[in-house]
Amino acid sequence: MNFLETFKVALEAILSNKMRSGLTMLGVIIGVLAVILLVSIGEGARLYITKELTGLGTNLLIITPGKTTTSGGFHPPSAGTVRKLTYDDSLALRRRAWLLTDAVPIVLGTGRIKFRNLGRDTMVIGTTPEFQRVRNLFIGTGSYVTQNDVDTKAKVVVLGTKVKGELFGDQNALGQVVMLSDARYRVIGVMQKKGTSLGWDVDDVIFIPVTSGQDLFGTDSLFEILASTPRAEDVERAIAQIKEILIKRHAHKEDFSIQTQGAMLSTMDTILGVLTAVLGGIAGISLLVGGIGIMNIMLVSVRERTREIGIRKAIGARNSDIMAQFMIEAVTLSGVGGIIGIVFGVGIALLIPMFVTVLPTSVSLWSIMMAFTFSMAVGVFFGVYPARKASLQDPISALRYE
Amino acid sequence: MIELKDISKTYRMGNLDICALCGVTLSVKQGELIAIMGPSGSGKSTLMNVLGCLDRPTNGTYAFESREISAMTDDELAHVRNAKIGFVFQSFNLLPRFTALKNVEMPLIYSGVPSRLRTERAVPVLEQVGLQDRMHHRPTELSGGQQQRVAIARALVNHPPLLLADEPTGNLDSRSGAEILNILVDLNNRGVTIMIVTHDHDIASRCKRIINLKDGMIVGDQVTA
Repeated sequence: MNFLETFKVALEAILSNKMRSGLTMLGVIIGVLAVILLVSIGEGARLYITKELTGLGTNLLIITPGKTTTSGGFHPPSAGTVRKLTYDDSLALRRRAWLLTDAVPIVLGTGRIKFRNLGRDTMVIGTTPEFQRVRNLFIGTGSYVTQNDVDTKAKVVVLGTKVKGELFGDQNALGQVVMLSDARYRVIGVMQKKGTSLGWDVDDVIFIPVTSGQDLFGTDSLFEILASTPRAEDVERAIAQIKEILIKRHAHKEDFSIQTQGAMLSTMDTILGVLTAVLGGIAGISLLVGGIGIMNIMLVSVRERTREIGIRKAIGARNSDIMAQFMIEAVTLSGVGGIIGIVFGVGIALLIPMFVTVLPTSVSLWSIMMAFTFSMAVGVFFGVYPARKASLQDPISALRYE
Repeated sequence: MIELKDISKTYRMGNLDICALCGVTLSVKQGELIAIMGPSGSGKSTLMNVLGCLDRPTNGTYAFESREISAMTDDELAHVRNAKIGFVFQSFNLLPRFTALKNVEMPLIYSGVPSRLRTERAVPVLEQVGLQDRMHHRPTELSGGQQQRVAIARALVNHPPLLLADEPTGNLDSRSGAEILNILVDLNNRGVTIMIVTHDHDIASRCKRIINLKDGMIVGDQVTA
């Protein structure tokens, strides 16, 4: 008896009990659907964050004051007071760390920017011209902060599009004078619109020269130094170079930390990978429950068809034929349920981002393959016992069964 | 064709061994038409089950076409049931979900006959039992006599040398019963060896040999014609 014949027999049995087969399949459908959906949400989050982090600039090194013992991941900025990073540190790096393409000093704070009677509290970033390149944020109209502005502590400001919109609406902002914490600043440029990145609205910031920023916030230290290397392979050597230069300048103490974009990426990737696996695992449990449903219904089916089994054996069916018939029935139930679950799971996963924009999803081939394989395996696993029970029936008592 | 030697079949009931068959020795030649008679509980059905390779005897030897049955594996027994022996039951034992044609084709599935050839072989056998108009009906749409004829067609579709019938007319009215008997006698005339378990003396009288069983033993074995 070949496979196709057995399959037809199994299919007939399934179709002769549509309601029951449908409900049994529903368990598997929901299980597979849950696996695909949750994995796609987890994957979506992972890809989203990876993309966002990569969008911050590649081969990025972040030097922050204070020493942390772990490397990679996010750190609270400057825990415990230590020697500060200074503008001169960044200049030294730019001069002597030849592996770096850029070393951008950054001061960060909040301030109230006012234009006529309109005001807005916003984030103020003090930088140098290279910031644009390092962070992939570019000027839209006008010009960005120049080196000359930095050298002369010029009172000039570049607006994010949101700030510009709030203060000026559709009017031209270039050349206008705004008040920033009681000082007069001239608007020299407006950034390109960029949108939200990792919960931070890049358009709701203003940029001023780093030196002007230090004056504004009354400090001589930096929030961080952003550095970048031309190639990813240079990152390790660049770190060594930065350490050598800065330790020499900081009285031979390593009182700063260097995080790399790569380390942050891989940390996030690991966390979200685990999250995805956990979500998939939880969904897998429902698939397991679906499998138990299959076993349950197969046991009922075997009992109901005891007489049929006896008849089939009497006319020459081998144990393996009976076994195959019920196995294929179980696997067909789970397999068809799996396919339907995949169709719905993928469908819903693709629909979600259209209605819930904050929830990106990514349907990966491996999750589909895994869900389908797992559902088939569930059919095999939970089909074996009932099928074996069927095949080992004694033909005589099976024939007598009413 | 069949050589039974000292066959016994015992069941354990509590601490007692009860023998359904107690030392049956029997020899059946090709082309015989045998009635097996006896009161209920005399071991007729057990004998049929042993003869039909549905059951293995506890003791004794059973040679079918010179091959020892007790030495066969389950799969080999299944093959014997499929190709060498046809069964006709009192309660027909058709599969209700399938049409008459599909029921008759069923043994051919297990012989590995491809689908197209199965129909080609099942149709003439159904015609032989006079059911050419009822091939696409399900068992529930057929009368008792017609159902039994489907069952006979199913038993014959692999052209087995031996046909075992366990009270084939027991559930039928006398007219249908007579038709079924005519079919069986006709088959015997074409060379098929037939053994019929029956209570009916009219049926027995048309058989060439009558075996009487009592308490698991053969108490009478006479050739009538």
